[in-house]
Amino acid sequence: MTTTTSRPATMSPARRQIAIRRRPSKHLKSVLMGLGGWLGSLLLFLPIAYMVLKSFQTEPDAAAAAPKLIFTPTMENYKGVFEAGFWPYAINSIIVVLVSTAVVIALAVPAAYALSIRPVAKSQDVLFFFISTKMMPIAAGIIPIYVIATALGVLNTLGILIVMHIGMNLPLAIWMIRSFMQEIPAEIMEAAAVDGASRWRGLRSIILPLVRPGLASTALLCGVFSWNEYFYALNLTNSTSTLPLFLQKFLSFGELYTAHVAAAATLLSIPVIIAGWIAQKSLVRGLLFGAVK
Amino acid sequence: MAKTITAPRPALLAPGLSRLERWKLRGPLLPALIFTILLTQFPFLLTLIYSVQNWNLLSAKPAVFNGGANFLDTFGDEVFWRSIGNTGLMTGVSTVACIVVGLGLALLLNHKFPGRGIARTLAITPFFVMPVAVTLFWRSAMFDPGFGLFGWFSRLLGLPAVNWLSEYPLAALIILLTWRFTPFALLILIAGLQSAPQEQLEAARVDGAGPLRQFGSILVPHLRPYIELTALLLAMNLVQTFGEIALLTAGGPAFGTTNITYYIYLKGFNSFDLGTASAFGVVALVITIALVLPALRLLSGIFQKEGRR
Repeated sequence: MTTTTSRPATMSPARRQIAIRRRPSKHLKSVLMGLGGWLGSLLLFLPIAYMVLKSFQTEPDAAAAAPKLIFTPTMENYKGVFEAGFWPYAINSIIVVLVSTAVVIALAVPAAYALSIRPVAKSQDVLFFFISTKMMPIAAGIIPIYVIATALGVLNTLGILIVMHIGMNLPLAIWMIRSFMQEIPAEIMEAAAVDGASRWRGLRSIILPLVRPGLASTALLCGVFSWNEYFYALNLTNSTSTLPLFLQKFLSFGELYTAHVAAAATLLSIPVIIAGWIAQKSLVRGLLFGAVK
Repeated sequence: MAKTITAPRPALLAPGLSRLERWKLRGPLLPALIFTILLTQFPFLLTLIYSVQNWNLLSAKPAVFNGGANFLDTFGDEVFWRSIGNTGLMTGVSTVACIVVGLGLALLLNHKFPGRGIARTLAITPFFVMPVAVTLFWRSAMFDPGFGLFGWFSRLLGLPAVNWLSEYPLAALIILLTWRFTPFALLILIAGLQSAPQEQLEAARVDGAGPLRQFGSILVPHLRPYIELTALLLAMNLVQTFGEIALLTAGGPAFGTTNITYYIYLKGFNSFDLGTASAFGVVALVITIALVLPALRLLSGIFQKEGRR
């Protein structure tokens, strides 16, 4: 600011003088905004970066009073995670994520179709019913589910987890896919109908290709939630379970070791972080639920 | 049936539609609808039945009807009310904090600068990482007064290191939740800012309106539905908080961080008192419905005002 005001206003017309005075301050402002943006973003990311850093430290290094930035990296922590029976849980997690997400999409696409492209009567009410189920406290339903699962002999199986994850993600998926379908111009649908395309063909050859990016990001988000899910895993399964429960068991042996925690946490978060990064672009449009433009 | 036909609806639902046609429309919806009703509504019904029974898995006695005894227990249980208060506090403070921080960062990230895409990607990452994993990491590497990052930072400033988890457990929990969910607010609010009416902003600038005026009289009204939607979605998620509590504080000390979800879990799966736990569930459900109805009205208000082609 001081440099701009002290600039000698030599031989320039008044208008240019204003322009000159304005430009540096505008420039300064945008530099500050950029710095602020980077600072804020890095601050949010800092705990994750710190986690990755600690995962390569030895336990004494990780427990030092001041954060150690220079150290000899070790892979011991990761080795420890794999030796603690990581793979059975990882395979369970992958099965639960893939099966539940596939079923969610298979159920949600026709439902979203019936709520947007060829809407049923009172489709708005149905839509709000779906979202209202996400507002109900999960704990209020867990006891009967536990009792029923015990009676059916499905406690501690992947089946019950898959069913619960479908229920957990289905409303979200229907809302997201519906909002992507809402964006398809009505003329495209009319043209297809005029061409005599059957409804099934219309769905398969016109709608699905158009909403494919949306479907992908919906599936990725459902996959992330399923991978991270802990409440049902803890209450309905024990030895046959997914990675969040592995992590809990892995750490309940003895003391809580920071470097080991960091390694396990990093390893378990890598797939979901990548999925989230891929999905971020169309995620926003889906999450707005077509509620606001 | 007759009502649906006479209601003014899209052309597809013209009165000429036969019964068969209407079922054909509903067909694709039914699998998802039936599944959701079975999985979400049916258990609530059973919760209602269990809640009037004396049923403890630790005793050999079969479940028997005991009238409103579980509800009397619930209403007389100080911890239950405390857990409701905690739920409200945690949800409310975290939601507001996420929106304030998220909006601030969204305003910064809405400006073009080198590496903006990377900065944004880094900023939204906490929303995707596994909650159980990062909670355990925060517990030792961030909150520990001896070697945690917060302790180190306060010593750097010459302040005594705070033992967050024993002295300010609720604040610690809110910090963690705010960190995890701010990216979610950020995602939606950036989208809101990107759709801001540029001509109006430009006109205001020409008229000499400062950044604050522009923010207050153009951006805030424009962002309002986005902020409402964000608040609603955040509150919906935060009310259900479980893993963070279980692994950061285990609801303690002295139930100071126990929310409804965690208290029902303790009653049902630690004390195995299924009857009382179900009564907790019913009361929680009633309170939630009382809170959800206005929220749903708000959401449908957002719909009528803005969206929907």
